[in-house]
Amino acid sequence: MPRLTINDLKKIKENQKSTFKLREGGYRAKITVHMGTCGIAAGAREVMTAVLDEISNSGAEDIIATTSGCAGLCAREPMATVEILSSPPVKYVDLNADKMKEIFKEHITGGTPVEKYAFVVGSETTY
Amino acid sequence: MENYRANLLLCAGTGCVASGTPKVTAALREELEKKGLSDEIKIVYPEEIFYQKLTVEEVPKLVEEHFLKGRPYEKLMFKEPEKRAAIPLMNEIPFFKHQVLRVLRNKGLIDPESLEEYIARDGYMAAAKALNEMTPEDIIAVIKDAGIRGRGGAGFPTGLKWEFASKSKADQKYMLCNGDEGDPGAFMDRSVMEADPHSVIEGMIIGARAIGSSKGVIYVRAEYPLAVERLQRAINLCRESGLLGENILDSGFDFDLEIYLGAGAFVCGEETALMRSIEGQRGMPRPRPPFPAHKGLWDKPSVLNNVETLAQIAPTVLNGAEWYRSLGTEKSAGTKVFALTGDIRNVGLVEVPMGIPLKTIIYDIGGGMKNKKKKFKSVQMGGPSGGCIPEDLINIPVTYEDVVKTGAIMGSGGMVVMDEDTCMVSTSKFFLEFTADESCGKCTPCRVGTQVMLDMLTDITEGRGKEGDIEILEDLSRDIISTSLCGLGQTAPNPVLSTIRYFRHEYEAHIRDHWCHAGICSDLASFHIIEDLCKGCGACLRACPQQAVVGEKKKPHRILQELCIQCRSCYDACKFASIDIKRALPKEKPEPVAVEEGGS
Repeated sequence: MPRLTINDLKKIKENQKSTFKLREGGYRAKITVHMGTCGIAAGAREVMTAVLDEISNSGAEDIIATTSGCAGLCAREPMATVEILSSPPVKYVDLNADKMKEIFKEHITGGTPVEKYAFVVGSETTY
Repeated sequence: MENYRANLLLCAGTGCVASGTPKVTAALREELEKKGLSDEIKIVYPEEIFYQKLTVEEVPKLVEEHFLKGRPYEKLMFKEPEKRAAIPLMNEIPFFKHQVLRVLRNKGLIDPESLEEYIARDGYMAAAKALNEMTPEDIIAVIKDAGIRGRGGAGFPTGLKWEFASKSKADQKYMLCNGDEGDPGAFMDRSVMEADPHSVIEGMIIGARAIGSSKGVIYVRAEYPLAVERLQRAINLCRESGLLGENILDSGFDFDLEIYLGAGAFVCGEETALMRSIEGQRGMPRPRPPFPAHKGLWDKPSVLNNVETLAQIAPTVLNGAEWYRSLGTEKSAGTKVFALTGDIRNVGLVEVPMGIPLKTIIYDIGGGMKNKKKKFKSVQMGGPSGGCIPEDLINIPVTYEDVVKTGAIMGSGGMVVMDEDTCMVSTSKFFLEFTADESCGKCTPCRVGTQVMLDMLTDITEGRGKEGDIEILEDLSRDIISTSLCGLGQTAPNPVLSTIRYFRHEYEAHIRDHWCHAGICSDLASFHIIEDLCKGCGACLRACPQQAVVGEKKKPHRILQELCIQCRSCYDACKFASIDIKRALPKEKPEPVAVEEGGS
């Protein structure tokens, strides 16, 4: 990466917004697997592998799979957040590879959140 | 006041202004002017219609439909999102509802290994501001005015610390980060370093600028491999992009930092011991003064800040002291991250405004006890340096001052919640085992004193307690506190003192009645099935490793005391609370054995 200037910071911020909000990035869905120590200990790696397998099996190119840190609710790990373009993100808890595959089929491909594994809808407020 | 036919309110919050409120306002004024309505309509609320996602292009249509034709413009009307009965919304779940995220602002949102995603969330904008637009004095003033206090436990004002170091004159100063999180039950620093490593680095850059340091060290324990890996990656990315190194963001300011792996000694969280450890010596504290702000690492002026403290520096510099003070209390401003563990339902990491009642954290955010049938007993705050807060004090606001009054300390933010099945004597013994083990051995009161206290507590929990033991424990505690060199010894007796203060009757029951009501101290309990309550489900029978439980299905069971080893498995297995814990049964005295005089 080249040396950054303040203008570069601003540019990156603008460019990144699109991936963040999915909008202009051309993406339809984003799956974030929470991989802090707590998540990994509870099996987040298997969940991540399931996500990557499903994406490559489906051949879809408009789905982002990414990792993030602890989502705060360590007791309910592994957790994942699924965001479909223009719908609020859904947080899933107590996951394993099989549940993740089901979520991929129902929610990401089908568009309907899987109620039985979902914990909450929406994003947290930051101040 | 003039009379208007309609009133139109435009939201000018930060989010809306960024999305174009000023442009919409201008377009609206223009359109109303064009239609000759400007005197009639002030800027619609008698009808209580809420329009959303306004754009400049939609304004003429809105004015025409609503104000001329008098019918609401449906296209832009706010529609209630379709009710999803099964999946609750964030603000319907107390765990999320009461939280305010500042330190954890990027929690679960960004990829910790991506510099771009951090930048997208205002990352390094505060560093840019601090390096290019602010003098070191400006930065220190903002931190002081904000009233940020060290989140490592003691709560020392961060701005003052920085000011002392900035006034020290030296050819080299050090900006240090304390990631040696050692309290049992605390994991917020680890989580911040794992989830948002750049927030710590940015805080350090700003701190370094404030004190005039060009070198920094993050001291992390090697037991946090993921945190170390992500921090190292973040540092590498910063070096590649010039956010660390020479002439950062063209400001002419140089700063670089490295990670130092600690071996996990609890005492190395103490600042002077930590600095010796980085120097390659044995991690032991030294007397202060000289304070690290004058003579710290390598005898150079140094500032050591905790991970959580550093993570809140960037948003404070960016948003100002007033913003920081908008949450919390006068003396304990801002938010605090707590690690909730123990017998609580929502084990996890939470961030709340200071001053929130302890009860809200435990019952609303924490969701109450894991086992709904059990009552809350106490919450341990501050780890081995803290104390246990009993149920009748659960309404206290969580601030540095109010927590200290209870005999606990805010500490780094570990909250270990205990239900009624906890023995407070064994709890204090657990923490003393920890401190006795972690005492570096430099000074006698701590090295010997904690061991003597631990031996006494072991005696009490094994039925060898004597009248007067409690008083000796109290005396000894006071002596250790007043004569130890560092924070470890000065606070090690706190768990014992606070449990004696609130749960003296339990110590007395252990000593006098040989009774541990919770059945944790196996020498001081006996287990009995209450026949009237027993449903004969067989859960205890299956759980017993000794086959000491007997009984037919659906008929009250019985425990054969001669086989029972007081392991408490039956008690934990019973779903009907039909097992009673009574005092220890008298041990049968062994028959005296005649000893023959040996002769040959």
